[in-house]
Amino acid sequence: MKFDINKIRSQFPILHQQVNGKPLVYFDNAATSQKPQVVIDAEVKYYSEINANIHRGVHHLSQVATDAYEESRIKIQKHINAKNSFEVLFTSGTTFGINLVANGFGQILKQGDEVIVSHLEHHSNIVPWQFACERSGATLKVIPMLQNGSLDMEAYQNLLTENTKIVAVNHISNALGVVNPVKFIIEKAHQVGAAVLIDGAQATPHLKPDVQELDCDFYVFSGHKIGGPTGTGILYGKEAWLNKLPPYQGGGEMIKEVTFEKTTYACLPHKFEAGTPNIAGGIVLGVAIDYLNEIGFDNIAAYEQELLDYGMQQLSKLEGIEFYGTTAEKASVISFNFKGIHPYDVGAIIDKLGIAVRTGHHCAQPIMNYFDIPGTIRASFAFYNTKEEIDAMIEALKKAQMMLQ
Amino acid sequence: MTIKEIQEEIVDEFAMFDDWMQRYEYIIELGKSLPLIEDQYKVEENLIRGCQSKVWLHAEKNDNKIVFTADSDAILTKGIIAILIRTFSDQKAVDVMNADTSFIDEIGLKEHLSPTRANGLVSMLKQIKLYAIALQAN
Repeated sequence: MKFDINKIRSQFPILHQQVNGKPLVYFDNAATSQKPQVVIDAEVKYYSEINANIHRGVHHLSQVATDAYEESRIKIQKHINAKNSFEVLFTSGTTFGINLVANGFGQILKQGDEVIVSHLEHHSNIVPWQFACERSGATLKVIPMLQNGSLDMEAYQNLLTENTKIVAVNHISNALGVVNPVKFIIEKAHQVGAAVLIDGAQATPHLKPDVQELDCDFYVFSGHKIGGPTGTGILYGKEAWLNKLPPYQGGGEMIKEVTFEKTTYACLPHKFEAGTPNIAGGIVLGVAIDYLNEIGFDNIAAYEQELLDYGMQQLSKLEGIEFYGTTAEKASVISFNFKGIHPYDVGAIIDKLGIAVRTGHHCAQPIMNYFDIPGTIRASFAFYNTKEEIDAMIEALKKAQMMLQ
Repeated sequence: MTIKEIQEEIVDEFAMFDDWMQRYEYIIELGKSLPLIEDQYKVEENLIRGCQSKVWLHAEKNDNKIVFTADSDAILTKGIIAILIRTFSDQKAVDVMNADTSFIDEIGLKEHLSPTRANGLVSMLKQIKLYAIALQAN
């Protein structure tokens, strides 16, 4: 399929508005993505035509809703190349998925065991592991970061011991856009018998993960960052691990048999899907994934690389600019500051010019502490953005610099 | 001047500006001219933690008046504090406690009151009032 940017932009109604009297330039895609019309329509269609509770009723609508929900699960299974559809669990997002796994490990880990995270993690891939360690007496170890924002792989290998039980790292860093060598990380962890959880929240908007090829034990991501609804997400787990982990929440649907003496749990995936799920969200997430696959991830990656290169080239011309995360392999995310200027001031001014970027610590304070900065300005591009929008951002940044000097 | 008179003066000043840029430039100017806070007061205890920028606010009693000094690492934020200090510093604690703060809306800074800006205009106002209550009680 030919990549037609004008056609793509016409499919995103939110992009065609003015903010503070200027055309909206939405460069906060790493925080959440915008939704194409097919996704919005699917949400309306669900509530207009399909809505019923799933896996319970014998009536027609319940059957239709159940089928749609389970078809979506299979769609997502194929998308990430999971071996079985029951290894694909619907969640409310990446944070929930990590908490589910970390909570389970908190009950399995013992004193003396070790958990490894990296310096590049979002708080949501740090704090749940701190809980798990506090609860179990295990120790949290951190893979250090190098000046260019990459992880120190030599140090990582030295951290791995037979005490390492799980390694939890992101596929792509949210604050810097750096792509981590997850395949290598997984391989090395498996050599000492440790499991690996990959936080794919920032990777899935840009690439199609192959969980079997990666051989990761868990892979988590959010629906709202890939054109799907908020409050949706996926936790992939290898069958053996999902059987081993204790259930996270108790309730309906996750049980096999309940008496007041003892409850036995349902089989996968229902063991981890207590209560009525976000049915509409789960179904529409499948629609969002179809939409992305129709455009094609190769097309998306190539176009976003073009935007990244152009953005870097134009930004580099600005005086006093400093970049964070300068590895060769990067997602279309640029984190930067201007010497002597607080990122908040820049963000507040360019917002007035219609430019939406994120400023702050991006929920990754350890990274900011490493660089000894209060935060950064983060421009994150999606496949529906354009070079003209980058030009508009550059003009806005120049104005901000002028005002703040 | 009373708090109310100062607020009216500030509202008048901001009414002269045609657009946001002039308004922001003025705030930046105010930020730059804010008297420096003494280093001994730029400490953890005086920090009002917002989401994005740091704000230090110190208060002390001078006769029966309350005197504020402050600083921030972001210049827009510093300008906003300068406006607050001009309004509330050197006033009686009881007047600070009871002061109306709706002039913030009138000078077009309402957006800074939203929780996402959590940059602290709300926290700053709250802290100023808390200081006033504490110093009033002493």
